[in-house]
Amino acid sequence: MNVIYVFSIVLAGAAALAVVLTTDLLRMAMLASFYTLTLVIFFLLLQAPDVALSELVVGTIAYPVVLVVAILIDRAE
Amino acid sequence: MSYLPYLLAVWIFLVGLFGIVRSRNFIHLVVCLSVTQSSTYVLLLSIGYVKGGTAPIFKDVKPGTKAVDPVVQALTLTDIVVSVTVAALLLSLAILGKHRAGTMDPEELHPMQG
Amino acid sequence: MTRRIRLTVFGVAAAGFAALLIWGTLGIPDFGHYRGRYGQILNHAAVNERQTTNTVTAIVFDYRGLDTMGEEFILFASVTGVALLLREQRKDVPRPRDEVRSEAVRAIGICLVPAVLTLGLWVVAHGAITPGGGFQGGVILSATFLLVWLAGSLRTYVRLTPTPYVDLTEGTGVGGFVVTGLIALLIGMPFLHNLLPYGLAGKLSSGGSLPILNWATGLAVTAAFLLLYSEFLEERSFVIAGKHK
Repeated sequence: MNVIYVFSIVLAGAAALAVVLTTDLLRMAMLASFYTLTLVIFFLLLQAPDVALSELVVGTIAYPVVLVVAILIDRAE
Repeated sequence: MSYLPYLLAVWIFLVGLFGIVRSRNFIHLVVCLSVTQSSTYVLLLSIGYVKGGTAPIFKDVKPGTKAVDPVVQALTLTDIVVSVTVAALLLSLAILGKHRAGTMDPEELHPMQG
Repeated sequence: MTRRIRLTVFGVAAAGFAALLIWGTLGIPDFGHYRGRYGQILNHAAVNERQTTNTVTAIVFDYRGLDTMGEEFILFASVTGVALLLREQRKDVPRPRDEVRSEAVRAIGICLVPAVLTLGLWVVAHGAITPGGGFQGGVILSATFLLVWLAGSLRTYVRLTPTPYVDLTEGTGVGGFVVTGLIALLIGMPFLHNLLPYGLAGKLSSGGSLPILNWATGLAVTAAFLLLYSEFLEERSFVIAGKHK
């Protein structure tokens, strides 16, 4: 178990805690996308390029758009 | 120290559950549910890892070299894309709840009304 | 039952649950010493049997194609649910004036659209050879249309993705999967048996009926996400316009 495995695991755990504890919704959307990126690093270290590509694409394109538009609908009312 | 990836999966699951119970807004609840779901991906991929193995792609690599398990990767791959669609369904339910009841707070919405 | 009592009860239950989970993970084999046989057999056999160099895509579309069909139905059902919930009579709602005015953003958007389109088509087509496939490439293809909204206006995006055609594409994608399986059944082979010849490993058209299923999945995923985006964006413009009435 190298240093880099331990580092990426600690980073992913800290990002998950940060997503849950945030109160402002737009910041939470940004942090959710960042948490997805930390998971991508971990999946690459586990030698899974297909899964890392899938998670990267979803966490950058599909998930933030759906989330941010829902937050804007919530704010517009 | 070699159990650290499994402990990461347990930690993310519990943190997500804590977020769901403590949440004050439906959109925050959906994101915490998504975090809880991602702990299963971490657990699946950590189980399939082979020490010294490479990715299970055999272009320019002789088939027969040590590679990690491809079955769990196949399970996780489709699940990630489909879970976003289910999260979108939950978000549209939250939006409709806001139209009908006027609030996005789980504490203020009672199941039986009227 | 107030909030504080509820959180205390959850804390106790979570502590017990955490202890149980940690005791459970100590029984899993050590990290790196995987002992399953199915994965090792597939790693050794997939290249020669099915002529695909990407074992994961071979499992998703060939060895376990039935499970992928179930996942596509989940996708289809949840997108239908979103459309049912959010689609209202929106014929007479004016679209918001939200055109992007910055020249730099518009220029970058116009330059990025063909690049992202080519990348998406490349990732879908090379699913059997390198990491990629219908699922990943489908989301990248939906980003092409998203760039039109981000660097332009909502009117352009809506005119570019008319709802009847997107619905038709999604149905074709999901139905194409099932029809490929049924054709094999009509010939007399098992469901989802390989129809096309296997070809050579490393070429674009290899792996039996994997290219057909791959492109069908790509179409279905693209159309599903385009539908999701347009439902959410139109709901937002409906809410904004309703407020200003």
